[in-house]
Order: sequence, then structure tokens, then C-alpha cells
Amino acid sequence: MDFNLTEERQMLQDTLRRYLSERYTTTKRNAIIDSDAGHSDEIWGELAELGVIGALFTEEQGGFGGAGFDISTVFEELGRAGVVEPFLDTAILGGGLIAALGDDAQHGLVEEVIGGGLHLALAHGEPASRYDLSRVETTAKVDGGEIVIEGRKAVVINAEAAGFLIVSAREGGGPFSLDGISLFLVPADADGLTMQGYPMMSGGRAAEVTLDNVRVPTSARLGAEGVGFEALADVVARANVALAAEAMGAMESATELTREYLMTRKQFGRPIGTFQALAHRFSDLLIELEQARSAVTNAAGHLDSDDRDRQIAAARNLIARTGRLVAEEAIQMHGGIAMTQEYELAHIAKRIVMTDHRFGDADYHLERFIGLSAA
Amino acid sequence: MDLSYTKEEQAFREEVRTFLEEKLPKSMSDKVRRGEHIGKEGHELWHSILNEQGWLSFNWPKEFGGAEWNAVQRHIFEDQCAAAYAPRIVPFGLSMLAPVLQKFGSKEQQDHYLPRILDGTDWWCQGYSEPGAGSDLASLKTRAVREGDHYVVNGQKTWTTLGQYADWIFCLVRTDPDAKQQEGISFLLIDMNTPGIEVRPIVLLDGTPEVNEVFFDNVRVPVENLVGEENKGWTYAKYLLTHERTGIAGVGFSRAGLDAVKRVARQESANGRPLIENPHFAARLAQVEIDLMAMSTTNLRIISQAAAGAAPGVESSMLKVKGTIIRQEINDLARRAVGPYAMPFASEAVEGDNDPVGPEYAGPVAAQYFNNRKLSIFGGSNEIQRGIIAKVKMGG
Repeated sequence: MDFNLTEERQMLQDTLRRYLSERYTTTKRNAIIDSDAGHSDEIWGELAELGVIGALFTEEQGGFGGAGFDISTVFEELGRAGVVEPFLDTAILGGGLIAALGDDAQHGLVEEVIGGGLHLALAHGEPASRYDLSRVETTAKVDGGEIVIEGRKAVVINAEAAGFLIVSAREGGGPFSLDGISLFLVPADADGLTMQGYPMMSGGRAAEVTLDNVRVPTSARLGAEGVGFEALADVVARANVALAAEAMGAMESATELTREYLMTRKQFGRPIGTFQALAHRFSDLLIELEQARSAVTNAAGHLDSDDRDRQIAAARNLIARTGRLVAEEAIQMHGGIAMTQEYELAHIAKRIVMTDHRFGDADYHLERFIGLSAA
Repeated sequence: MDLSYTKEEQAFREEVRTFLEEKLPKSMSDKVRRGEHIGKEGHELWHSILNEQGWLSFNWPKEFGGAEWNAVQRHIFEDQCAAAYAPRIVPFGLSMLAPVLQKFGSKEQQDHYLPRILDGTDWWCQGYSEPGAGSDLASLKTRAVREGDHYVVNGQKTWTTLGQYADWIFCLVRTDPDAKQQEGISFLLIDMNTPGIEVRPIVLLDGTPEVNEVFFDNVRVPVENLVGEENKGWTYAKYLLTHERTGIAGVGFSRAGLDAVKRVARQESANGRPLIENPHFAARLAQVEIDLMAMSTTNLRIISQAAAGAAPGVESSMLKVKGTIIRQEINDLARRAVGPYAMPFASEAVEGDNDPVGPEYAGPVAAQYFNNRKLSIFGGSNEIQRGIIAKVKMGG
């Protein structure tokens, strides 16, 4: 039994933490959030150079990591600093799908992603799909040597920056069927593809994407026809490890900010943290934080096991519950200051809470856990 | 024991309902329902509509031209307003300053300021909190020094809600730095156009510019703007806190919020079924509704005691704590109900610059969830309220 990070991962963590604490300050980050692009190319390039993207891919994919604990190590640090750059979308989801399904020609794109030169977006969720991964109503039909894609995709994160969108579309089966879903590599500037972009509550940007008679060559298909669901489930499992770790890192930040504030802010002639009513609640946060760390460890450690989905459902459910507690209690114990946009905690709390809305909230993962446990 | 309203109270409720149906502009209630801000003009318009009916002064005594409703009537009015998605009445002049002037102000102050509050001439804001004086309000440091027939004010106030619209601010200032904390504080009325005042907006975490910092740099205030006696300001401020707190439970807001969540949950689907039939979501919804039903009766029990003449005590604190917990839980359910469409940041849609993203009801829910974290912080945080309850009830 050994719960320490390997030497390589420890180095990655140290490097990333040092870089982010020096470069990714609250002021810098708030300026990035307010910018038109919603993320910083400069930061993206520097982090790619530090190997942060490469750490999310295996050696055979051109990276030097790619395991559950590589993902959790990186995303814990991104969460701690409240990073809004789209590592999840470009690397884990987009890059992950191309690495898993792509042919030799398509694999070249993974190299570009690792180098920091290409952004990707997963255009999968639809206006009515909520968190249901198999609900796809967008259609793809072969027309001669081309494929015609029709449909709407909802809250496609990083769509505007992406060179390619990975679009899921049905070539068979009903709207909830696991079979019949195919994935396509669609250039962002394809004719018939339109975007309505907008900023998001916790930073970064997304878009509503409409595909109206979008034509791509059959070579744009990723993997075989109609069997995209399994690959999707695989990258979403990895994304869930990343999201859990990111939220946990952010929870650590929120707790640390709260500790500092409780011991500095004086009311009634003493630091407010010396009031037992607050001290006990702060202790509860620390206890829940240990739970959260263990849940992430469980999820990351089971990414390649048969028990993967149940472990991930458990982790996301626990993180959703403890995350809400930490975010709300951190704000409450700070008081008004935490309600202001420019204070670090506001953004961190938003990152934690809004994690709930990607790939399932506490209820969704609870139901999944119950279903998988009964099976 | 009779849980229903009397005939007179029922008739009053009908009267209020009819009034709201006829006079509340649809464009305004639509905005409130969608969680949009109605701006200064919107608030002023709603105030003038109420004033025309003689209802803006509903909590003022008759001798000051008020409607002087009892606690049950006030509750019915507030309840019906929330259900109809009427804008909230901006309380600073009407229900915070006015009662203090009516009780402690001079005849001249009453004659001058009260009519201007009713007809909308003056928009008031509240100058209590300071960066170093939040929960511990009595430690406030903003200084007022008497120089001839003026006070010279220096210092800073913060969390000044809608101060950007204000013509006047009522302030707690320190006039005797040597006295015991609570005893050296005075209650001053300050014209926001006086030289030396600067208002800086604070952007809240949901992006709204709702509160401000107000800086005072050698601001000269005529001595006749002192309310009551010098160094007695704390007594007046405390009078305010115990005066009128029937709305503190926010029952009407919670009920309207719960209805909204149910409406959304009927339209959203999870696993191919309406979300409202999802057992986990339905359980959470039911739980908060059960809590709300009980709190609503607690609220009425306390209101009917108050209507019979009992002074509200720690019950106000209890209602504030429970009421905010319930409202915040409803905000959380609303956020969860809309799924991924909680993620778009709606401010642009709210301002009408862009087409709405996703279903119309999804736009403001995440912002409201974050914004309403303030409910358990302002007006005496829930921790302060719990302290008050314990202090009074434990007899220590």
C-alpha cells in the first residue's frame, strides 16, 4: 500500500503548483475571464510547454502519462488555482477521442494538441439530453462519398476556439439507444455549422451549435460506424475523474482561504475563527475534504478496472455533496467579502458548484451508483 | 384554533389580488418572474402605482398619512405581491428610515422628508456597515466632528444596496470616540450630492452591480440633519431592527420560487421522464415544501401575536434563519433542475443584447443561486441571529 505520488507525478505537481501560484494570480485570472476569448493563449502555450497536456496522454499516444493519477494530479492543481483554460475539452475529451479512435492521419492532431497548437471541443450534449449520454437526436446520413449531419448541440464548451468539433450523430437506433451513435471530426469552419457563443458562469466560453446540412467526407468519421458510445463513455469516465479532482483542488483552496480569513478578520475584538460556532464548522470542512480526497483517489485508481463506473459515480456524488457544503460554508463564514467578484473565493466557489452541471449532478450519480450496485 | 383567514381578511386578500391584476404592469411582473432587474425607473414606477392606491405607506401610522395595516394585512399583501411577481418595495426610505423619523425625528424632519419618500422625490440608501464593522456593527469608525453648525464626516461605508441611485443616505456615525462603543454613535441624514462623497460600485459574484462602497472625505452636514439626540443613534438603529419584521421569513418568495421549480421540473426531462417524477428530485422538492408549509404557519402564528399587540422578539431571528435556509434550498433545486443550461452566464441575455441561450427559465437560476447566498449574510448574519436566540432563550 502506497498513497504517495510517484516521483514524476510529484515533480509535475510541484512544477504546476509553483507556476500557477506565480503566474495565475487572481488579478490575471479575472482579466482572462473578462477577455473576449475567455481564456489565455499565452498561459495555454506555457502550460503545454511545461508538459501539462502531454501528462494527460499515454506514451503510445505521444504523451508521457495518461493514467488516472496523472489526470487527478493535473486537475487538482488546475482546480486549486481556478484555471479556466479548456484542458478538459481540448485534451481529455477531444484529444482523448481522437487518440482512442483516430486513424493514422487523424492521430497527427493529437500531437498538435499536446504541443498546444490546436483546440478541440466535444459537441455531444443536446438541448433535451440533460446528462443522458446516449440521448442523441442529431443525425448523420451517407450521401455518395459524403456524410450529411443535421442537428443541434447544447453548451458546447470551447467551441469557438476549437479547430475541430467532435460531433456525435446517429446513424441508427432510437433517440436513447446505445448503438448507432457515430463520431465525426468536423472542421469548425464547415459550411452549415453555426455557433451562438456566450460566456459561462464559472469562466470560459461555450456555444450553441447548429448543424444544418453539414457535409464532411466519410474519412471524417472517427472509428467505425455506429459504435461511438463506448469510446464516449470512456472519455467521459476520464473527464469525471478530472472534474472530481478539479473540484477537490478548488475545495482545498476555498478551505484555505477560509482558514486565513477566520484567523485574520476581527469582530468583537477577536479573530472570528476563535468563536466555537465557526471553529467547529471549519473542522467539518476539513473532515469532508479528506472524504473528497479519498473519493478522487478511488475514482482515479479504478479508471481501468471493472468497477470503474460505480467508483466514478460514487466519487462524483460525494464531491457534489461535499463541494456544495464547502462552497456555501466558505462563503457564509467569510460574509460579504466572499460575495464580491474580485475576491478569490467567489470564482473558486463558482468552479466548485458549477462542476455539478457537467456530466451529472449529485442525484444523477446517486441513481447511477444505485443502478450499477444492483447490477 | 382556526387556521383560516377571517371574512374581513379574505375580503382584503381579494382586494389586493384584484389590485395586482389590474395595476401591476405585465411587462414588470414578467421581468421579475424571469429574475431580471427592473432598474431605478421600474422601482419608481411601481412605488408610484402603489402610492396612488394609498398602499405604499402600508406600514406607516395614520397620523403620517399611512394605511396602518396590522401584521396580518401586511402579510397578506406581501404574500400576494410575491405570488404575482410584483417587484419588491425598496425598503430603505419607506420601512427603514421612515419609522425612525416618525418615532425620533423632529417635526420639521417629518414634514420635510416623509412626503418626499412617498412621492419618490428622494431615493434613500442605508449607511451602516463598514469594512471593519459587519456583524460587529457597533465598532463602526466613520467619524462626525461638530464644527459650528455642521458635522464634518470622514470614513467609509460599504454594502450600500442600490446606493448608485440614492439622493440621500442615512448613516450611523461616531460622534464620541471616547464613549463606550454603542454610546458614541449618532444617526445622520446626508445628501449624496454633498462635495466629498464618492460612490464606487462593488460587482457581486453573479456579475450584478447591486451594492457599493461610499467614501466620505470632509463631508459637511448641517447639524439639523441629526436625527434625535447626539450619541443616541444606536438606540434608533436598534428600534429599526425590532420594528417591522413580518416579511423576514420570505414565505411569499419561497412559495413563488417553489412554484417556479415545479413548473421547470415538469418541462425538463431526465431519463425520458419528466424531472418532477424523478424520485430523488421529487424527494428533495417535497422535503423543502414540507418545511415551507410548517414555516408558513410559524410565520402566521407570530404575525397573529404581533397583530394582537405582542412585540416581536427572538421569533424574528428564528424566522430569518429558517426562512433563508428554505429560500436557498429552493435556489439550489432551481439550479439543479435546469441541468447543463445552468452553465451559460446569463447577464448578456438579461440585458437583452443577445438571444436567450436554452430555455427562457434557465437563464437566471445559477446567478440567483449565487446572489442569494447573501440572504444568510446580510441583515444580521444567521450566526448573529442564532447568537441572539441563544442569548435570550438560555437566560444566561
